[in-house]
Amino acid sequence: MATKILTEHINVPGIETFDVYRKQGGYTAVEKALKTMTPEAIVEEVKKSGVRGRGGAGFPMGMKWSFLAKPEGVPRYLVCNADESEPGTFKDHYLMKTIPHLLIEGMIISSFALGANKSFIYVRGELMYVIHILEKAIAEAKAKGFLGKNILGTGYDLELVVQPGGGAYICGEETALLESLEGKRGNPRNKPPFPAVKGLYQCPTVVNNVESIATTSWIVNNGGDAYAAIGIGRSTGTKLISASGHINKPGVYEIELGVPVEDFIFADEWCGGIRPGHKFKALVAGGSSVPILPANLALTLANGDKRLMSYESLSDGGFATGTMLGSGGFIVFDETSCIVRNTWNFSRFYHHESCGQCSPCREGTGWMEKVLHRIEYGHGHQQDIDLLVDVSKKIEGNTICPLGDAAAWPVASAIRHFRDEFQWHIDHPAEATQPGAVYRGDMALV
Amino acid sequence: MSNTVENKTVVFTPERLSKAQEIIARYPEGRQKSALLPLLHLLQEQEGWTSPEGMDYVARLLDIQPIEVYEVATFYTMYHLEPVGTHVIEYCRTGPCCLMGGEDVLAHLKQRLGIDTGQTTVDGRFTLKEVECLAACGMGPVFQIREKYYMNLTNERVDEIIDELSK
Repeated sequence: MATKILTEHINVPGIETFDVYRKQGGYTAVEKALKTMTPEAIVEEVKKSGVRGRGGAGFPMGMKWSFLAKPEGVPRYLVCNADESEPGTFKDHYLMKTIPHLLIEGMIISSFALGANKSFIYVRGELMYVIHILEKAIAEAKAKGFLGKNILGTGYDLELVVQPGGGAYICGEETALLESLEGKRGNPRNKPPFPAVKGLYQCPTVVNNVESIATTSWIVNNGGDAYAAIGIGRSTGTKLISASGHINKPGVYEIELGVPVEDFIFADEWCGGIRPGHKFKALVAGGSSVPILPANLALTLANGDKRLMSYESLSDGGFATGTMLGSGGFIVFDETSCIVRNTWNFSRFYHHESCGQCSPCREGTGWMEKVLHRIEYGHGHQQDIDLLVDVSKKIEGNTICPLGDAAAWPVASAIRHFRDEFQWHIDHPAEATQPGAVYRGDMALV
Repeated sequence: MSNTVENKTVVFTPERLSKAQEIIARYPEGRQKSALLPLLHLLQEQEGWTSPEGMDYVARLLDIQPIEVYEVATFYTMYHLEPVGTHVIEYCRTGPCCLMGGEDVLAHLKQRLGIDTGQTTVDGRFTLKEVECLAACGMGPVFQIREKYYMNLTNERVDEIIDELSK
C-alpha cells in the first residue's frame, strides 16, 4: 500500500469537522511543533524533507523559508496560494473542500516556523463555497484554542484570514497575488526584491501553495528524513495529481513520486486506462502551461527507459523530448483529440488571462490565438506555423512573470511534436473545419 | 459603465455593513484597501451586480478614491459590471471541459436558453457567461451558478437544471 500523506483520512465521514479530524490524529503536529520545537528546528525538518513547492515551480520549500528576511520590529507574513486556476489542475480545490483542517493545521505550523502572527489564505473567488468551509473550520480551530491569542498556552498568537480573489488566473503568480491581496489589480511585480524581503505590505513574506503547506503536519510528526525516504531522488514525498481528459477514472490521486507514467495512466489503482475503444495520443502532464508530449514520449524517455512521475524524469531531455511535472494537472488525450483545436483553446485562455502589463505577453498571446483560430477554421496560411513558433519565442523569457512562458510553451511544443497536424489543417481547409475532424497521420498511438 | 440604469443610492443592509466592518478590521492599520475584493463580492451579493453607485459607496467605506475601485472591478472577471439575470450561468470553456464534450453541451445550452454568451433571457431569469477554468477539470463539462458547481454535464442534465431553476 502506497504511503498517503495528505489523503490518508480523506474518506473518513465527517473529516471536515474539527472533532473527527482530531480523532484521526489531527492537530498533534501543532502540539508537537508549538510545545516541543523551535521555529528553526521546524524549518530544518522541512529542509531535510526536500519537499518542493507543489504549485508548479517546484522550488524547495525549506530553502524558500530560509530566505525569509527577519528585520526587527517588522511583521512577517505567510500567504497560502489557493488561487488554483491552471487548466487541468483541481487538487487544491479537492483538498480544501474535503479536509480543510489539514491546511489550517499546516498554516499554524508554518506560520509559527516563520514567525508570522497574521497569515492569509488567498482562495480563488469562484470557490466561495470552499471559502465558507475554510472559515467554518477556522472558527472551530479557534474555539478549541488552536488559533487566536496564546495558542495552547504557548504564548504564540496567530490570526488566519481567508481572502477571496476576483477571478483572475494571474493572481496565482505570487507577486500578483500579493498585489491583489493589497486590494489592487493583479499585476505581477518585478523581482527582485523577492517577497521574502519585500512581500505583502512591503514586509517579508513567504507564499506557499496549499498542497505544500498541507505536508508540514506529516513532516513535523514523522520527521524530514522520513518524508525524504518516500519518492525518488530529489522528487521526495508524495504528490497530488489531478487527472482529467479521456481516461476511465478522472479524479485526484496521491502518488509516491517515481511511479511510471504508464502505470499511472493504465493501472486500475489510478486512471484506469484510456476510455473504451480508444488509443492514447498525447499528454499534458503538469497543467496547461507545460509542453504537450505525444504518447510515445510521454511513456518513455528518449533512451527507451520508462518515464516516471517525478520532476526529473518528466523533464528529461529538456523541452525537445520532455516536459514538466508542474502543478500535477494531468490531461490525457485520445486519438479523437484535435491538437490544433486544443492548442487554440489553451491560447485563448492565456490571452484572456494575460494581465496586459508586458507587451510581448499582451500582444503575443492575442496574436497566437488569432493565428491558431484561423488555422483551426480553415483559413491558415502556409507561413502561419513558422509565425507561431516565432511569436512564441518572442514571448518566452521576455515578460515580468512566467505567464508569458506558460502561454508560449503549449504552442511551441504542439508544433514541435504535432507539426503535421497543423500542416494538414492548412492543406485541407474544407476537411479540417468539419466537426470532429482530426488528422491522424502516422501518429504513434498507444 | 451602463448609462441606462436609473441612478440610485446604494448602502449595505445593517447585516452586510457589520460584515463589511468585520472584514475591514482583518487587515493591519492603514491597509484597509485589502478589503476591496471581499467588499465588492459583498456588494454584488446584495445588488446582483457591481453597480457604479455601489462602487462609489465601497470607495467611501474604505476611504479611497472611486477610481481605485473601478480599476480593480474591471480587472477581475467575477464582478458583473452590467445588470444580470436572476441566475448567472458561468460556463467553463477551457481545454479539459472541451475534451469531455463541453463545446457541444454549451451549444445545447445556448439553444435551450435562446441566447448567446453575454446575454440575458428576455424574462430576466438567466444570464450566460463563458469563463475560464473552474478547477473541476476531472468532472467536466462544468458550469457554476453562484456558489454551486454543476458537473459532468450532458444535454439532458442541462435541461433538468434549467427546468428546475425555471420553476
